[in-house]
Amino acid sequence: MNDHYAGQSTGPGSHNGNGRPLPLVRESRENLSFSVNREVFVSREIFEREQRAVFDRCWIYVGHTSELPNPGDYKTRSVAGRPVIFCRDRNGQVRCLINSCRHRGAIVCREREGNARNFYCMYHGWTYNTDGTLRGVPDEESYPPSFDKSVMGLAPVPRLESYKDFYFASFDRDAVDLENYLAGAKAYIDLVVDQSPSGRMEIISGVQEYDIKANWKLLVENSVDDYHLVATHATWLNYMRNSGVNMSPPKGSGLLLPTKGLGKDLGNGHLTTDNPNYRGRPVARWISVYGEDAKADIEAIKAELIARLGEARAARIADTNRNLAIFPNLVINDGSSVTVRNFTAVAPNLMHVTAWALGPVEETEAQRARRLHAFLTFYGPGGFATPDDVAALENAQQGYASWREVPWNDLSRGMGKNDAQTNTDEEHLRVFWRRWNELMEARPPTLPSPASGGGQIDLPSPASGGG
Amino acid sequence: MGAKTATVSRAEIEDFLFCEADLLDNWKLDEWLALLTDDAAYYVPPNDKPDADHRFTLFTIADDIVRLRERVIRLKDPNCHAEYPPSRTRRLITNVRIIGIDGDDISIAANFAIYRYRRGEPVRVFVGRYRHKLRRIGGVLKIAERRAILDAHELGAMGSVSFIL
Repeated sequence: MNDHYAGQSTGPGSHNGNGRPLPLVRESRENLSFSVNREVFVSREIFEREQRAVFDRCWIYVGHTSELPNPGDYKTRSVAGRPVIFCRDRNGQVRCLINSCRHRGAIVCREREGNARNFYCMYHGWTYNTDGTLRGVPDEESYPPSFDKSVMGLAPVPRLESYKDFYFASFDRDAVDLENYLAGAKAYIDLVVDQSPSGRMEIISGVQEYDIKANWKLLVENSVDDYHLVATHATWLNYMRNSGVNMSPPKGSGLLLPTKGLGKDLGNGHLTTDNPNYRGRPVARWISVYGEDAKADIEAIKAELIARLGEARAARIADTNRNLAIFPNLVINDGSSVTVRNFTAVAPNLMHVTAWALGPVEETEAQRARRLHAFLTFYGPGGFATPDDVAALENAQQGYASWREVPWNDLSRGMGKNDAQTNTDEEHLRVFWRRWNELMEARPPTLPSPASGGGQIDLPSPASGGG
Repeated sequence: MGAKTATVSRAEIEDFLFCEADLLDNWKLDEWLALLTDDAAYYVPPNDKPDADHRFTLFTIADDIVRLRERVIRLKDPNCHAEYPPSRTRRLITNVRIIGIDGDDISIAANFAIYRYRRGEPVRVFVGRYRHKLRRIGGVLKIAERRAILDAHELGAMGSVSFIL
């Protein structure tokens, strides 16, 4: 057989002429072809399956240490579809608690953010400490002796771990630890964190939350797909040219990377572009849009990097731009600014996007203002580029209404090349799809054992035929 | 004597805002730019921090006049895919008030509801308040600062802010 299928998992709807189900992802190394079945963007059944096979198994981004500077600080958000409280308890420990009352399930903390002494459920008045433990129950005397307050705290997510201040949760108790999971992505997080003299980056106030009426996997592709730049972002390129920025990629020898940039496999489905920087960076490469005033300041940032990290490391940070995709749904764009972008699949054709700006804690007011200005030129729902990405994704999603007639997306760019895979090839996109397909084919994850206590009933497992 | 106080009536401000809305709804963007001062700024604060300062907070839009002129170039370009073909919009502006006068500078407040239609899509409604700084230059009202503050807790189904609010 000539074809090596990256995957054989099938959906309920697509069939070849013989009535056999089509694979979701198919790869032939011999014929140099790689295709993704468009059904993966429209099928409700596949959507439900990937909630379990992908989002319940992987490490999902929760938030950043800097968002919780003080004991009692909290943010409420959704992680893999679950409402959570991301907080620092009164003793200073960072926690991620399921934001659902142990009594009847109501959302306990209903505010976006704040500082709390405790969390109070408005339904029956149960009160929880910031570490999740149950503090008060009105008319507690009426509960039977078996009622044990000590096991009725807000449930923590099954796993919570951090790498360099980025917190992730996993709903799979058996997940590998976060650092192993992040694999080669860690080195690229390090390139971001090293921009701060103290190694401390912070989420900047102000969040962008917007919907894209498209499947979430399209945003993973889009975030690292440099092939679309010229067509989709013509008006942004025009703006940069009008601003006097030379947009031709640098040529010549002695560059860190091939002039076109690279697309890289970082393991476990993580991937990145790794491009020579010619579009400017607040840390630390001046371009004309920053204004003459900023030139000396940006050179001083570069000098600090060199003094602290040496020439080579400083060049690695300041002279390359990187769009990093951490499987499955976190993107860190490190270039004209640092964007932390997280997205939640809500339906096959809908995602919620949350985006923040990240910057070194040491930045001066002028540096911070410059960073934010640069961010908004390209990124975000009011930027010169992101709205066109959104339009492209929504366009593609609309096209997939014809998935039965035109079932395949082509992702074969760069296959069979002898030299390195560039940022406009699609090998790094194939990395994502292979991992996604592998998880979709795998057995369902071990369900978390129910949070302690609560008199759970053991259900008979179908495999063993008895409980 | 101190600075002269500009004479202005709410009716004049309303007429000005209604004319501005008409230009934007009809995509007469070059004529709209002519309403701005040479140092004008345009802000859309983030939904979670509506009263914040763009120098310290990530906004949805924080344009100085240079970028604002570029935004108009972009909006007129067929390669502005998010707004091509251009959306049909209709702005309803109400509750207009003059909230401060300082020399030639006039601070005004108003409420807006902007309905945005694209082919084959449900309407997207943008509701909020304007806080503008107008300036009388040579007897003519101009916009020195334009701030469109959305009421929604997140952009959510509004999606992108790809046209001028």
